[in-house]
Amino acid sequence: MSIDTAPTVSATALDATSGAATRRDILHRLLMTLGPILAALVIAGCILLAVGVDPLAYYGYVLEKGLFSPLGIQQTLTRMAPLLFLAAGLIVAFRAGMWNLGGDGQFLLGAVTAAASAPVFVQIMPFWLALTCSFLIAVVVAMIWSLVPALLRAYQGVNEIITTLMMTFLGTSLANVLVKLVFRDPGTTVPQTRTLPVEDRLPRLFDTTITSGLLLGLAAIIIVHLVMTRTAFGLKLRIVGANPRAAVHAGLGVPGLTTAVFAISAGLAGLAGAVDIIGVQGNVRADWNPAYGLAVIPAVFLARMNGFAAIGFVFLLSVLSIGGESAARRLGVPNHFTLVLVSIVLIVLALAEYVDHRYNQSRKA
Amino acid sequence: MTGLFSAVFLSALLFGAVTAAIPLLLAGLGEQMSEKAGVLNIGIEGMLLAGAYLGFVGAFYSGSLWLGFVTGAAGGAAVALIMALLCVRIGLNQIVIGIALTLGLEGLTALLHHFQFSRSYPRLPAADATVIPLLSDIPVIGPAFFKHHLIVYLAVALVFGMGYLYRRTQLGLNLQAAGDKPAALDVAGIDVIKTRTIAVLTTGALAGLGGAYLANVGAGLFIPFITNGAGFLGIVLAMLARGRPVWVLFGALLFGVCLSLTTAMQVAGINIPTDVIQMLPFLAVMIMLVLFGRRASLPAALGIPYERGAR
Amino acid sequence: MSSLSSSSVAARDIVALEGVTKRFPGIVANDSVDLSIRPGEVQVLLGENGAGKSTLIGMLSGLLQPDEGRILVDGKPTPITSPRHALALGIGTVFQHMMLVPTLTVAENLLLGGRWWQRPRTEELAARVAEITSTLGITVKLHAKVSELSLGEQQQVEILRAMVRKSRLLILDESTSMLTPKGIDELGALMRRLVEQGLAIVFITHKLKEAAAFGDRISVLKLGRKVGEIPPERFRALGEQAIISEIVELMFGKQSDDPEAVERPVRTVHAEAAPLLQVADLAVAPTDNAPGLSSISFDIRPGEILGIAGIDGNGQKQLAEALAGQRAATGGSVRLEGVAIEALSVGERRRRGLRYLTDDRLGEGTVGTFPVSINFFLKQVGAAPFWRNGVEQRAEIDKRATQLVREYDVRTPSLKTPVARLSGGNIQKVLLARELAEGAKMVIFNKPTYGLDLANTLASRQRIRDTAARGLAVLLISTDLEELLSMCDRIAVIANGALVGTVENVDDARTKVGRLMIGLAA
Ligand SMILES: Nc1ncnc2c1ncn2[C@@H]1O[C@H](COP(=O)(O)OP(=O)(O)OP(=O)(O)O)[C@@H](O)[C@H]1O
Ligand SMILES: [Mg+2]
Repeated sequence: MSIDTAPTVSATALDATSGAATRRDILHRLLMTLGPILAALVIAGCILLAVGVDPLAYYGYVLEKGLFSPLGIQQTLTRMAPLLFLAAGLIVAFRAGMWNLGGDGQFLLGAVTAAASAPVFVQIMPFWLALTCSFLIAVVVAMIWSLVPALLRAYQGVNEIITTLMMTFLGTSLANVLVKLVFRDPGTTVPQTRTLPVEDRLPRLFDTTITSGLLLGLAAIIIVHLVMTRTAFGLKLRIVGANPRAAVHAGLGVPGLTTAVFAISAGLAGLAGAVDIIGVQGNVRADWNPAYGLAVIPAVFLARMNGFAAIGFVFLLSVLSIGGESAARRLGVPNHFTLVLVSIVLIVLALAEYVDHRYNQSRKA
Repeated sequence: MTGLFSAVFLSALLFGAVTAAIPLLLAGLGEQMSEKAGVLNIGIEGMLLAGAYLGFVGAFYSGSLWLGFVTGAAGGAAVALIMALLCVRIGLNQIVIGIALTLGLEGLTALLHHFQFSRSYPRLPAADATVIPLLSDIPVIGPAFFKHHLIVYLAVALVFGMGYLYRRTQLGLNLQAAGDKPAALDVAGIDVIKTRTIAVLTTGALAGLGGAYLANVGAGLFIPFITNGAGFLGIVLAMLARGRPVWVLFGALLFGVCLSLTTAMQVAGINIPTDVIQMLPFLAVMIMLVLFGRRASLPAALGIPYERGAR
Repeated sequence: MSSLSSSSVAARDIVALEGVTKRFPGIVANDSVDLSIRPGEVQVLLGENGAGKSTLIGMLSGLLQPDEGRILVDGKPTPITSPRHALALGIGTVFQHMMLVPTLTVAENLLLGGRWWQRPRTEELAARVAEITSTLGITVKLHAKVSELSLGEQQQVEILRAMVRKSRLLILDESTSMLTPKGIDELGALMRRLVEQGLAIVFITHKLKEAAAFGDRISVLKLGRKVGEIPPERFRALGEQAIISEIVELMFGKQSDDPEAVERPVRTVHAEAAPLLQVADLAVAPTDNAPGLSSISFDIRPGEILGIAGIDGNGQKQLAEALAGQRAATGGSVRLEGVAIEALSVGERRRRGLRYLTDDRLGEGTVGTFPVSINFFLKQVGAAPFWRNGVEQRAEIDKRATQLVREYDVRTPSLKTPVARLSGGNIQKVLLARELAEGAKMVIFNKPTYGLDLANTLASRQRIRDTAARGLAVLLISTDLEELLSMCDRIAVIANGALVGTVENVDDARTKVGRLMIGLAA
């Protein structure tokens, strides 16, 4: 299987080697991002009008609750934490040409293990050690979960799109089974895991409600970016991704690297789940599946697998989802409109990038 | 426990399995065609949803199931048209657009449903079955397989039609070339973009039909997120089938049985979380892959947009 | 001359290019090129790697559109908008890069392009193919999958396809590169017959002898510009040697006699020196689409060049890959400097000084989307001084890459250009630079000059000789007998995955190798 994203990969390969971006470049990028978002808002606004909702009021709430109100922005930043980890995991996988579409399963299993272990650990160990152990367990479980697709791909050449998709279906069900049968909190009637007391969760930043998981997420994605673009290990993964036969020819241990990619990618997805639970949710309810992965995948692509750009897109996603949720509540629109909005934003951004690319090419030629 | 294995129960179970399998079958057949032609159609879940919603709307307002199938197929094809324009014609990333379309249609159909039907949750009358004489009299098997809506038989016939198309017609060759070496097809004088567009639109129509069947015949109503991942299952089926339509049929039936079993268990009040049963088909396939895992023979140019003369 | 006479000349052209220019990012691939293609003539197109020959063909076959200038068909300006249009105009092309669908059979490939609702007409095809193949003197397995054919066989199928389509203008872009000497001669005879029937042919090659033997008119491209032409009258007046020296002058501006016929310098290989590479009873299992190897044994001493001759697809690639460690051997031993290496990985073998220059430049030799600079170091990722503690040292990489680009004369717009954008010859230079870098002890060259222009071929051969002269052991795999005869100390012949004989490269080596190749005793 070779889904070669030729233009994207070549562009990122160049990004990686070209020096610091100039001011104008950044300005241009910003314009090429904000312009399409505006256009998308107009299109989505038409849909709102069609169903009889005032788009200006809706967007007003989105901006206020997602961005400008102190509480809203804090929620937005908190939401970013798990998304950043997921994005980091996807960057590793996609740069190495592995289509890990199983992020949601890995995320949920990480979340469930963290939810099951953290309340126990905090009682028997010091706080930091307990949380670290929970994180570690979540990572390891997610890694083990990814082992099947990884080994099948590495040694049998079985396409990972199928296997990771199936493992994500399996993982979602397994997470539910675990919550309902194994880790169920006997103290409540609703099926859910034991709740981690608020004081035992990841500390908040300063006097806000922002989780410190945000900082961890930022660190993770930046480290991943630097490793992928600046180190020998990252280059090896990128070679495997861009041309696996060349990797064999160059003497790289492709099966080992493949397994490593899956382990890192899944580990980060597992961490995302753990951070969401230990930082924010406190427990896992049965049938809980935020399906973050599905929205993060296109965001990572639009960022061209560049970590810094991905931070921007994750921020955008968070604003839209937090703002959208509360705007929907106030205006009596179903929350599902957020999905429509995100979808239109993604498509228009992709289109804008294409137009920009074309324009640049015709100018150069 | 005797009730569990009675003939009535068994044939109801199998009947449910076929009903659950049809949307998967249509989605899988559709996806297979796109993949053959080199397009990874991740937006198929959105196409199913569009088909389910528009199929329901069509049938609800016209009172005709067949019209519902037509509007459903048209709805799926309309979403596919967006995919074809963006991913085939101008070569945008298929995964980005596919996922965006899925998200968008999840939201859009739920939104429209909210404003149109959320107060009344209208239902369609049960679809009338085409009973096949003689065969339907066979005990257990008869009521399970030969008392379905006509579209079910057509869908099964389509499996063989597709098999013929792929192996025996020029279009079959074109599709395969478009997926394996599009440049070779292009220099042979066949438009790669057109070939792939045809494939994607067919995918959309088939998925739309599957969605309409799911809403109109399977459930009798539309609810948000009704497809519940059927499109992604279709992708899995298409990839496992290695280009052979018959394998999509077998796969769809396997998953259909498990889905039907889940419902039956709930009805029978058996105390195993349905999640356990939902895991079964995936477990079965994963175990098969681990045991017999062979190289998936996917088209070489799958997911790569074609641009003439580029290197 | 007056416009009247020039237009009457143009009227005889099937196809004519007028001031055609084509630009790619950072490069002008064709710079106002004029070309007239006439019925009854073989127009030979010559030029270095990257001169723009394939680009020109791309525009004639509807794959590319010119940025400036126009194309006349039968005297009328006709933009060729698509490959389909080109076929409809009667322009059939055999492209430089394979244009067959590997998963379809030969017959299905030949049938590709019919109306979509039709059933493929296999019987009709079989009859037509039989007709053509009998005149061509080749056999084609119509029902074999293309992926099971050797590159040479695939090339035959491509030529066959162009013939089946009954074109008025037949374009052959380096179509002889994979053929045997006999196959090349037959193709030449066929071209002659076709032009006598009134076809026009455009023939691209890097082998000047073929140009002189098969052509009627020669046009030379250099850096995208047409720098000269030998019209038919002059062509007929000159002998082969005179033509070749005129071409060389046009291409390189210097005079020399047949440049390929350099004397093989007599090197002294110390017969008593311990062999650097010892291969004994090496065996590889056959796979679906590749022959296996059986009991391959040979030694190479330091400073020695051992050639492997044979018809393409007889196990050459398997041999190279088994030695490099890319393909699992089922038996036998490989020793480098006396140490057994048959169980080592590709990377470990490389670290011990074994180098493999692959013949599949884009498929495995390079990562097409990566910049030229990184492609120089694909096999050294992580090594100092280009990486320190695993961190990339961009300045070091660029410095060394600049050096290599200069040293090996790689024509590239910049170090950052994705390597797939370079012409075939320039990609090959990147590979040569990479494999011959420090630390090599034994080098396997697999078809090192395939697709290279004359200057690059000569330069590459010189590098190989220099490599041996530095005391390295060289295994040179080639389908070009002239090349082997001009370079090797000994030549082994491979057939069906086994070495059928080894001859010292002395006076009568040519006949001996030739006899072995066609299955006779030396
Ligand atoms: N699609 C493309 N994009 C960018 N550059 C291109 C493209 N096609 C060709 N080039 C560049 O145009 C130039 C001419 O290439 P072309 O393939 O025509 O050379 P050629 O004469 O056929 O060489 P060779 O003998 O190596 O085949 C080269 O420098 C090549 O890098
Ligand atoms: Mg060329």
